[in-house]
Amino acid sequence: MRIPRIIPILTLLLISVSFNANGQCKAFAKKICIPELGVYTHDGNYHAAILVEGEEAELYKTFYSDMEYRVAVTGEDKIPEVEFKVLDANKNVLYSNKDANYAKTWDFKLQSSQQLKLVVKVSSFNKPGDTPASGCVAIMFGFKIKK
Amino acid sequence: MNKKYGICSKILMVVMMFTSLLIGCKSGGTKTPKEEAKVNVPKDNTAVVEDIKQAEKIFNALPSPLESAMLIKSAGARFDEVLLNPVGNVNNYVTNKSMALNLGIYTCDLSFASLYEQTQLIIDYMNAAKKMADGLGILKAIEQSQIDKLEENINNSEVIMEIVSETFMNSNSYLSDNGQPAIAAMVLVGGWFEGLYISTQLVDMKDFNGNKLVGRIIDQKLSIDILINLLESSKGNPAVDDLIVQVRKLKVVFDKISITTSKIRPEFDKASNTTILKSEVKTDMTPEVFKELSSTVSEIRKTFVNN
Repeated sequence: MRIPRIIPILTLLLISVSFNANGQCKAFAKKICIPELGVYTHDGNYHAAILVEGEEAELYKTFYSDMEYRVAVTGEDKIPEVEFKVLDANKNVLYSNKDANYAKTWDFKLQSSQQLKLVVKVSSFNKPGDTPASGCVAIMFGFKIKK
Repeated sequence: MNKKYGICSKILMVVMMFTSLLIGCKSGGTKTPKEEAKVNVPKDNTAVVEDIKQAEKIFNALPSPLESAMLIKSAGARFDEVLLNPVGNVNNYVTNKSMALNLGIYTCDLSFASLYEQTQLIIDYMNAAKKMADGLGILKAIEQSQIDKLEENINNSEVIMEIVSETFMNSNSYLSDNGQPAIAAMVLVGGWFEGLYISTQLVDMKDFNGNKLVGRIIDQKLSIDILINLLESSKGNPAVDDLIVQVRKLKVVFDKISITTSKIRPEFDKASNTTILKSEVKTDMTPEVFKELSSTVSEIRKTFVNN
């Protein structure tokens, strides 16, 4: 009879661990990523997830010609460098932080409003046999009215 | 004993697999697992759609209520309190869907009031947004200390914007992190519609051609597929399914607007350390299409606020 009793306990425990992990992403985004926006006003949206080494995420967003933007992409210290690229609708790469020593932020403005795609990838520690590292990655946007 | 241990291990493995599945499928109201990424195919955007199908994690980011309000102000539009959803309506919203949509709507109204320094309205709309967030069970989204801080800094627009941004993030991060992507999506949809509603209502038809606000409204066509993808990721939820039908109706009107963009040329400006994405755009929206768009938005928004 002990076996059935252990199931809900284990389920609750494991679910609670997973929720806590994501809760940590919010704290991470708030404490580490948002300050990277500096003088730009955070738009209030939240994009964060736990990513594993080598894993990729994409974000689609419209950017407006009236604004100046800063995007901040940060990963927890326990994961390797986070690479991010910004592409237009025709897959042309407009920016890659790999060319800027894995910079965490990029400031930009647009002559005309565009829908752009951000591709975020956690690079790899390249240690075969080890359990792949995983951790929070947050993508935050700040804006200000174009001068 | 060994047999019992074996059964226990199997059960544990099943529980762990189930939990791993849960972890993989939640976190992030706008995050779409690979197999759930169903998209509406835009006429000229098949490459983008293919990408969406291939990607493992996708965020469909709509402009936040704060950004929408900022766009209205930057277009030089005036403030009109009549356009906001009256705070007296708060008690009408009792379902999760109506509370989620109106959390977005009230946050947009709050942002609009903040940018135009409408001090009393700022407090009223913050309280209305709090009521919606509390009703949805979002813990610590808007705390009394933040309302007190708002009152203390009522003439400091920078602090007010910070508070609005922080409280909105508290709501959508809570919903995303607690496995409620459908509610998180509905909050964003409510805010986006309110921004579009206010914009369309503020356009003076005598000053239609070259109107900056009209330009910002045309720009929203760029977000309509993002909006549909965001909702599609929670397809199967009856409230979301209803919204998809309404948004598709709006897309039909947006499809009558043409936007042609030249190739984007990034140019780095050393002085400001900023990249300028240069491109030329040609848009076309007739006054008739605008009127149709305006009435469709108004009709849909009415179903949100009248509940």
